Amino acid sequence: MTMVTKQQGAIDEKRSIDEDVLVDVRNVKKYFSIKGGILQKTVGQLKAVDDVSFTIRKGETLGIVGESGSGKSTLGRVLIRLLDPTSGQIIFNQTDITNLSQRQIRPIREDMQMVFQDPFASLNSKMSIEQLIEEPLLVQGKLAKPARKQKVLEVLEKVGLRKDDLQKYPHEFSGGQRQRISIARALVLNPNFVICDEPVSALDVSIQAQVLNLMKDLQDDLGLTYLFIAHDLSVVKHISDRVAVMYLGRFAEVAPKKQLYENALHPYTQALLSSIPIIDLNEENAKKERIKLEGDLPSPANPPSGCTFRTRCPKVHDRCAIDRPELIEIEKDHFVACHLYSER
Amino acid sequence: MSSLPVLDVQKLKTYFYLEQGLVAKAVDDVTFSVYPGETVAIVGESGSGKSITALSIMQLINKPGRIVEGSIHVKDKDLLNLKPKQMTTIRGNHIGMIFQEPMTALNPVFTIGNQITEMVRKHKKVSKQIAEQKAIELLRIVGIPRPEQITKEYPHQLSGGMRQRVMIAMAISCEPELIIADEPTTALDVTIQAQILDLLLEMQKRYNMALLLITHDLGVVYEYTDKVIVMYGGQIVEQAPTKQLLSLAKHPYTKGLLSSLPKMDEDVERLGTIKGTVPAAYNFPVGCRFSTRCPFVMEKCKQVNPELLQYDTDHLVRCHLYEEGGERQ
Repeated sequence: MTMVTKQQGAIDEKRSIDEDVLVDVRNVKKYFSIKGGILQKTVGQLKAVDDVSFTIRKGETLGIVGESGSGKSTLGRVLIRLLDPTSGQIIFNQTDITNLSQRQIRPIREDMQMVFQDPFASLNSKMSIEQLIEEPLLVQGKLAKPARKQKVLEVLEKVGLRKDDLQKYPHEFSGGQRQRISIARALVLNPNFVICDEPVSALDVSIQAQVLNLMKDLQDDLGLTYLFIAHDLSVVKHISDRVAVMYLGRFAEVAPKKQLYENALHPYTQALLSSIPIIDLNEENAKKERIKLEGDLPSPANPPSGCTFRTRCPKVHDRCAIDRPELIEIEKDHFVACHLYSER
Repeated sequence: MSSLPVLDVQKLKTYFYLEQGLVAKAVDDVTFSVYPGETVAIVGESGSGKSITALSIMQLINKPGRIVEGSIHVKDKDLLNLKPKQMTTIRGNHIGMIFQEPMTALNPVFTIGNQITEMVRKHKKVSKQIAEQKAIELLRIVGIPRPEQITKEYPHQLSGGMRQRVMIAMAISCEPELIIADEPTTALDVTIQAQILDLLLEMQKRYNMALLLITHDLGVVYEYTDKVIVMYGGQIVEQAPTKQLLSLAKHPYTKGLLSSLPKMDEDVERLGTIKGTVPAAYNFPVGCRFSTRCPFVMEKCKQVNPELLQYDTDHLVRCHLYEEGGERQ
């Protein structure tokens, strides 16, 4: 036991001196209590995020894909401390932010911002665009009025909106433009880390492309680091450097995008990739074999024992019901949690 | 395809009369047909008129909307000249419809069994027992496990994929000639989407139905359909067999849509975009409705809306570039 701790300590030391790492997430869990009965006692635990560890390097985009209920949005909210983790550690820019109070975390939030999915719900309809973009600056309370106005104009231009738009209200804009406003709001504090939770899934494809291009340009201009959460694998592939596949609160596979999309190892990733309908006009390509998954995602309140994917896995064997597979490195930077690869 | 079309829509116009005398031309002069056993996709962005086209066929257009002109035939029946009661027998018996959001399309206070038996008994004179048997059989056909138990459950007890299977069971219950599916998988995860689309196609083969699939997903179009209709601003801008349309798209809008898709099989640094946004249906530009966003716009485009031209056998396109004497002719 002591040896394990020692080893763990050594790894921690090695990780923390790596200055390229902006976000370091260690064994984070987020459980929600399920209350029941007349006394509202806790009758169960919903394991939304169950022991997830990863790092994001400066300037990198980590994509997280998963189906609804996989815990990807909860993970994003825990990272920015909109939700408190049940256990684990979140280290942002060499600072442990896991246990900071709301007051202590406020200056750090300048550096980490979030863009939400629904641009219709995330903007206050009674505030003008100028007020909306200025609000984060007011909360931080560092700049005087003229400097604030200057900053608002600067950001507005960056996201491709015009000065005349400042006095308009959210209802006067289309979905794509509203998402530009949300991005402006996130960027006005000059963050270096932005968590994007399904930022384009409510948009039409031609508009989605505009917003994705904008996000890439901003990343190049401002040196942003992104955590990009989405269910659409082609969008995640386009924007990410590395991709993590989540299933029932855990990472099934993490790899640089080329490896993940060309050489997926986890049966779940393989099934996901084969389920996406794509346009393939090259007659010579063999018609892809679709791996059909039976059934639905099990409830995270009552996940299967061992490997949580075993109830739908086409390659399930005896061991899967007993042991939970750990995430292991198969080739450089390519991690997979599956017994098919751990038995070597 | 020698037989008569199952669905024949001619010059359909559905307008919405808004306040202040504004008229939203949601569907404006749309003509197409669907043959037995054929799968036809209507694609377009929000506001293109694709869903209103479907609702017009089902005659589910409410005030301030109205079908102003045109004709809709299902087999030999002229739908626009039927009484509301006659139309009720058409829905279900001849056309089945599947909506995007199965949670709102199913009634939350009745059991699944209740809703299917009601549907069956409305259209076929059978006893309650026989209808219940039929409900269980239908649920089994659409791949629902433990159908006897599921008939006693309520919609909220089922997952999104299961609810959509129930919707499909109801749509095929009277073996209609035509199924209209409006974004049937948009609310579902990708692994469930594959299950549902495969099921729809299987049902189509089994009952030799025609399928009109309304979607915004060109990947789905490629894998599941025979023919595509691209709509923009309430009109058809391009129409062709699926493979031809996706490989040899002619209309600048279709081309723009295709280039804005993130690709799975290649890496592109920047996605193609279509500038601006879809114009509102009460405020279309004069001339070609795509002219405000088109990268190839010409003087003529700002004055005259082009006709839908035959570019090739089965390939129609609405663009001045392909007219006689036009650049791309």
